[in-house]
Amino acid sequence: MTIDLGRGLVLRNPVMTASGTFGYGEEYTDFVDLARLGGIIVKGTTLHPREGNPYPRMAETPSGMLNCVGLQNKGVPYFVETIYPRIKDFDTNVLLNLSGSTLEDYVKGAEMVDALEKIPAIELNVSCPNVKQGGMAFGVTTSGIAQVVSEVRKVYHKHLMVKLSPNVTNIAEIALAAESAGADSVSLINTLMGMAIDAERRRPKLSVVTGGLSGACVKPVALRMVWQVAKAVHIPVVGLGGISNATDAVEFMLAGASAIEIGTANFIDPAVSVKVVNGIEDYCQRHGFEHVASLTGSLKTDNC
Amino acid sequence: MKRILDFTVVGKEDFGRASWLRLKADEPLPDMVPGQFAQVMVEDSPKTYLRRPISIHDVDETAREVSFLVQKVGEGTRRLAETPEGQRLNVVLPLGHGFSMEPVQGNVLLVGGGIGIAPLFLLAKRMRANGMSPQLLLGGKTASDLIRLKDYQALGETFVTTEDGSLGEKGFVTQHSVWKQQQFARLCVCGPKPMMKVVAALAQEKDIPCEVSLENLMACGLGACLCCVEDTVDGHLCVCKEGPVFNTRRLKW
Repeated sequence: MTIDLGRGLVLRNPVMTASGTFGYGEEYTDFVDLARLGGIIVKGTTLHPREGNPYPRMAETPSGMLNCVGLQNKGVPYFVETIYPRIKDFDTNVLLNLSGSTLEDYVKGAEMVDALEKIPAIELNVSCPNVKQGGMAFGVTTSGIAQVVSEVRKVYHKHLMVKLSPNVTNIAEIALAAESAGADSVSLINTLMGMAIDAERRRPKLSVVTGGLSGACVKPVALRMVWQVAKAVHIPVVGLGGISNATDAVEFMLAGASAIEIGTANFIDPAVSVKVVNGIEDYCQRHGFEHVASLTGSLKTDNC
Repeated sequence: MKRILDFTVVGKEDFGRASWLRLKADEPLPDMVPGQFAQVMVEDSPKTYLRRPISIHDVDETAREVSFLVQKVGEGTRRLAETPEGQRLNVVLPLGHGFSMEPVQGNVLLVGGGIGIAPLFLLAKRMRANGMSPQLLLGGKTASDLIRLKDYQALGETFVTTEDGSLGEKGFVTQHSVWKQQQFARLCVCGPKPMMKVVAALAQEKDIPCEVSLENLMACGLGACLCCVEDTVDGHLCVCKEGPVFNTRRLKW
């Protein structure tokens, strides 16, 4: 089940948990043996602490949810001093999702994380839709993404995964720009920008009006984008967006993903990640795939 | 330890706007503290994608039974409240931090408003088991809101208010005459936020330690999504993990 994403990031299987949906892993140890997972990607962290947006921060939508948490986190130095010592010996890959509002913050944050022996990779968040001067400003243009990825690349020596925003016209172009600037892999999709209104009160349901849509409802969009990006780039693609079970995960791999992340589904079934690992294994046995990596991009489109 | 357990609904009593559900687990139950809650799956509807957080109302470890009072607020809670006997429910529990159980010198008053009376049942029961004699002050819009009132009365001296005067003293819990007649050493409160804020102000005025149980909108229930935050002296804290029960001194009310 091993997946090699390059530059030292080797997963024991293709299943990781998505940033912002799995805390620091500690929140889920009653339900999941972390040693069964390919990796966990911890909460989006910025150089400086952030209190995030005011309450209310979520609204349920058909087969999904909107959130506008706004990158609440205690900052990279707190992570390094307090959280890292608690989680560094988890028997799985612990990736840090790094976000920022300035180029300088990204670079300083990446330098600090580079020094952490047990963090094999950064997932660079250039796609959070919930922060005004947030990473998404970098993630929606080819020049923006090229700039932030190349600057971080200069100081970060381990695996650099770049998480892409779906809120763009041509995601494959953005992915190519990240690849050219030195990304080792791309993960997609982050949440789709959305909105919910309480008609009775004539008010938005979220404190900052708009938020990021996630959950099963975004899967078809995510799958299409993974397919487009995987055709365009030569680096591994990590697929996410509405994956709720092993079949969903397999679909992303067929579309071209080398690994997958499970996000919002962790809220509904806290043990879903391990079920997906088992289900992918079953699928491979049933379909005669000796190695799970052979699933990647094996979608048959000859008659399309 | 938090668990994901399958239950069978073994009892349902419908009170109109809410119902009392008794669930029997397939396996032994984990330890639960009054004030903790459960995340209940409502299956087979795209409108109920996320679990519904529901207070733990009562527990019978020997019978492996948990019960909930479910108020029909929206689609999810309505479907949940109408779950027929025999149906299976998937539940994650116990979640969050409950009420303080340390004995205290003086009277303890448990104040419940509307469906907020739910967690006070287990709280009163456990306090009695610990040798305490809690008193209860329960309020509703009308008499029928006071579900299982006789069972509450069996757990301690119970004062009642209704907004329409159909039972007990007319008005809100904060207007009950007991506040003038007695001194309290601790307050444990669950109800609508405006009501809890008034009780918290009363507690501050009289310098009584006061705990309130919050019910902010949440997704995960585990402290991962950071959606259910409350503004506290320690910053934004998750109601699901740091709460749902908070000492009011920690809250920026």
